[in-house]
Amino acid sequence: MRYSVYHQTAYEYARDVLHAHHLLHLIPRPAPFQECLEHTISVNPATFRRRDEIDAFGNALTRIEVEHPHRRLEVVTQMNVDVHRRPKVFAGHSMPWEETCAELAYQGLSPRRENLEACRFRHESPYVRVKQEFTDYGAECFPPGRPILACADALMVKLHQDMKYAKGETTVRTPLREVLRNRRGVCQDFAHLMIACLRSRGLAARYVSGYLRVGSASSSASAPPPAIGGGASHAWVAVYTPPFGWLEFDPTNNVLVNTDHVAVAWGRDFGDVSPLHGVIVGGGAHELSVRVTVKPITQ
Amino acid sequence: MKSEAVSDKHAMTPEVATAACLGSYAPDERRYDELLDARAVRPHWRTLIERLTAGDAQDTARRALELTRRLIVENGVAYNVYSDPRGTDRPWDLDPLPLVLSQDEWRAIERGVAQRARALDALLADLYGSQRLLAEGLVPPELPFGHPNFLWPCHGLVPRGASWLHVYAADLARAPDGCWWLLADRTQAPSGAGYALENRDIVEQVLPEAMRDLGVRGVRDFFGEMRERLRSLFDDGADSLAVILTPGPFNETYFEHAYMARHLGLPLVEGSDLTVRNEIVYLKALGGLRRVHTILRRLDDDFCDPVELRSDSALGVPGLISAIRAQNVVIANALGTGVLESAAWLGFLPGIAERLLGESLQLPAVATWWCGEKPALDYVVANLDRLVVKPTYPNQHFEPVFGSDVEGEARAALIRRLLARPYAYVAQEHVALSQAPVWRPHGAPNFMARAFTIRVYAIATESGFRVLPGGLARVASEEAAEVVSAQRGGGSKDIWVLPDGEEEPVATGTHRLQVTIRPDDVPSRVVENLFWLGRYTVRCTDKARLLRSTVRVRADRNVWIHAVRICHAFGVITKDSQPSALVRDDREPHGVAADVKRIAWCASQVRSRLSARYWRAVVGLQRQVQDAVASREEPREALDRLALSLAALAGYAAEDMTHDEGWRLMRVGRRLERLQFTSGLLAQHLVAAAATHQGQVEWLLNVCHSISIYRARYFSAPRLGSALDLLVRDIHHPVALAFHCSSIARDLAELAASLEMSPDPGLEATIPEFTDSELLALEGEDAEAQAARQRLAATLRALHVASAQLSDRLSMRHFTHTGDSQSVAT
Repeated sequence: MRYSVYHQTAYEYARDVLHAHHLLHLIPRPAPFQECLEHTISVNPATFRRRDEIDAFGNALTRIEVEHPHRRLEVVTQMNVDVHRRPKVFAGHSMPWEETCAELAYQGLSPRRENLEACRFRHESPYVRVKQEFTDYGAECFPPGRPILACADALMVKLHQDMKYAKGETTVRTPLREVLRNRRGVCQDFAHLMIACLRSRGLAARYVSGYLRVGSASSSASAPPPAIGGGASHAWVAVYTPPFGWLEFDPTNNVLVNTDHVAVAWGRDFGDVSPLHGVIVGGGAHELSVRVTVKPITQ
Repeated sequence: MKSEAVSDKHAMTPEVATAACLGSYAPDERRYDELLDARAVRPHWRTLIERLTAGDAQDTARRALELTRRLIVENGVAYNVYSDPRGTDRPWDLDPLPLVLSQDEWRAIERGVAQRARALDALLADLYGSQRLLAEGLVPPELPFGHPNFLWPCHGLVPRGASWLHVYAADLARAPDGCWWLLADRTQAPSGAGYALENRDIVEQVLPEAMRDLGVRGVRDFFGEMRERLRSLFDDGADSLAVILTPGPFNETYFEHAYMARHLGLPLVEGSDLTVRNEIVYLKALGGLRRVHTILRRLDDDFCDPVELRSDSALGVPGLISAIRAQNVVIANALGTGVLESAAWLGFLPGIAERLLGESLQLPAVATWWCGEKPALDYVVANLDRLVVKPTYPNQHFEPVFGSDVEGEARAALIRRLLARPYAYVAQEHVALSQAPVWRPHGAPNFMARAFTIRVYAIATESGFRVLPGGLARVASEEAAEVVSAQRGGGSKDIWVLPDGEEEPVATGTHRLQVTIRPDDVPSRVVENLFWLGRYTVRCTDKARLLRSTVRVRADRNVWIHAVRICHAFGVITKDSQPSALVRDDREPHGVAADVKRIAWCASQVRSRLSARYWRAVVGLQRQVQDAVASREEPREALDRLALSLAALAGYAAEDMTHDEGWRLMRVGRRLERLQFTSGLLAQHLVAAAATHQGQVEWLLNVCHSISIYRARYFSAPRLGSALDLLVRDIHHPVALAFHCSSIARDLAELAASLEMSPDPGLEATIPEFTDSELLALEGEDAEAQAARQRLAATLRALHVASAQLSDRLSMRHFTHTGDSQSVAT
């Protein structure tokens, strides 16, 4: 599938912002099953300093510094991305979940490269606590000896059933334990909660930020089209599932990620890859608006 | 002060006196005793102990402890300096009897600590670089990746000079066999070196002769080298600027930050004093933005940059990491060095040192099992009784548990916890800490044995790590304590390292003179708070006087009405509040209680610039207001006491503070406030119908604290003309408007000269000139006199406005380089 993605973020400030530093994760990173053909970022006000880098997780990172007083900040990205169909994998061929844990734990030997890389995503991070209550919550999905892929799938189904998608009731600062207690939240909360359940058992899971095509008939014929997460940036989860490597799950929509998702960046949690965040001086109260459209392009 | 606290009376031979004194000193058989070896004083302690026990040993101890206590109070040494009088401003606890170590013993510690610092620096370079040790299996990925201080944004970032660890501290303890063991590494922003220096300053005054006779190795060179090092990390010629970054006055070790800043001659700054523009760090200073080259930080890793690290940190510097990455600034220690602060590393470090340095570690660490390895976990569960279980990561909510203390269900729960997440726990053997003598103020025995640990400091220099010959001994508060920590109320000691004939090369004259802070390096925030401290102090004083003078004319109905009307006009009394409410009600925004709160806030922001007695007076002031709020006494008395305390503040400011640019602006603040008040007051008075009445004029003179001087000078009942002569045009009367105007003009001129800035135009309004007959004419009751009073009032109002404008202009020019910052995210 080829998509054209348009993403606009605009801040309106009550007073002049005198100085601002922003970090942008808006350029799609290289990923298996996906290629970015072209992309542009435009920033308004037009006078700003920009530096492009690759962050510690391999994502494209753009730094912006605006030194002139401004009342409005607008960042628009446009991109064309090819997303390829993923091969079908069989749950029964994946490693039992306990063995996966053992594989990732320190053995006193030189670890395999993929395992070492996965270890980065196995621990507590600023937005994802590792707690016994997350282990307990997911317990029914992890019977002894079950293949990790089947476990992750069961966990996604459970989350989707238990949690209600509710916009505006949580913020990035809402503690995950509170999300678990209230069972309400947005895609970010779904993803963080699923990650917490996996990491609390010693498994590796990462947070993927990107876009979702919604509304039209899905390209993956078997599953119903994903419904939630359009109009804004979306988030889902990648789980380390040897021997298949990283497989992606969208707990908000209860689907395995295939050709409806466009990945932009991944990290330990939202904090590593939020599309745009920064610190401003001045500004007073502000209003934020975000617009995202994902359009398939017929080739 | 410099006199020896120790008596030199010789009643018996030293050996006999010592033996008598130590008769009841009871070492713990299961521990190493620093002082005694099988009931005999160890050779390196002998000279000191004999000296201290000659004569009346009890008296010696009492005098030494008394002098120590006094010096601590005088120097204002505190562990926690929160300004709230209800908070715990705990004075520093120092036992002046030092811990004595022989040079031989010290050499081994010195070598071991310096080597360990090298190994840790190399480990940091690997973790934040190629991560070879992880790939080779020498380091468990759980250690760095699970640690909250492993900062991913710093991975792949090479600091200028390619060194991570600049200041290092090791906590050591001596085991029963006499060997020193490493307990913990401090790699992030080690605290305590300033306290060690302060301890030395005090002990040097308490035991000057003993110190000189023993030839105790000095500690000041070390701090000189530290200063040099900070400068050399990024040498940009004469303009190189190094600063100390503190979380601020609410931090528990803020005293130390301020002390180090003073001692090293570096500006003490908070995150909001710094700004990053185009990947360069600047200090928002009195003279504008000043480039910063080196930052010695006392702020935790993850708080340092809200753009890339914790976005909820209001203490950091937005954009700091971009400046570090561009190698435009050096941070000591590098960001992310806190990752090594975990007991889990201890067992892996010997292998790491072998691999990275090709050396075996000389300083053994206390036996430690990281439960992430299956055999270690099994061992820990089987030997729980002998071990202490600790968290691997500093952000875990888990207090160390002595295995022998838990039984039954508690033990089962602990084991379940270990099995559920083994890599998050570490177990250590507990070391029976050695004991050293501490002085007792009363009763026998003269000395008591107390457990202690020592903290040893090292800094990176051009020629490797250099270790401070001395350090901080931390003493347990109870007799058999196993844990030593300042937060738990333990004490401290100075460490004396003795020479052994092999002279250390004495570094004399190698360091430059103390670098003084350039006038334009003072952070704007500090100066702004000094300015407002000056203003609020005067505002509170004036208000107290206005209320005091008004309360006393209550019996005279006409004067009372006049006075209350003017108080209303000033907002000092609102329609529904009585003068007394202004003293008592701390929710009243114009009340003196609110002003005192503001004074305390400003003072806490400039704590490092104030003398100890100034600070105590601020705390006392807050207490006074609280007492006044609680009591139902006459407001007059409360106001009198308040006026007295405020006058003391002004006196301490004049006598104790350096008369530099910050102080000058504080004085300008005081003068502007007084100018504003007096000109406003006179203008109000002049337009009132009863302006010329004797009672009202007397009230006015009282408010302006000028009644006595008036009487002495004019020998007459108060009259308006003479009062204005005194309050407006007398350039020598420190209440008069003319006095304030000329003083402000002088200060601004000097400020401009020292900052090399163009001078401010100053007050854009002038004091009216009048002849004596014009003054007299103001006293009339006819229309012409009334019109003259109106004209004068208008001029005074213009002066009032001009002083407010000048205040704003000074803010723009010297303080407001940027506003407050906030975090935004999508």
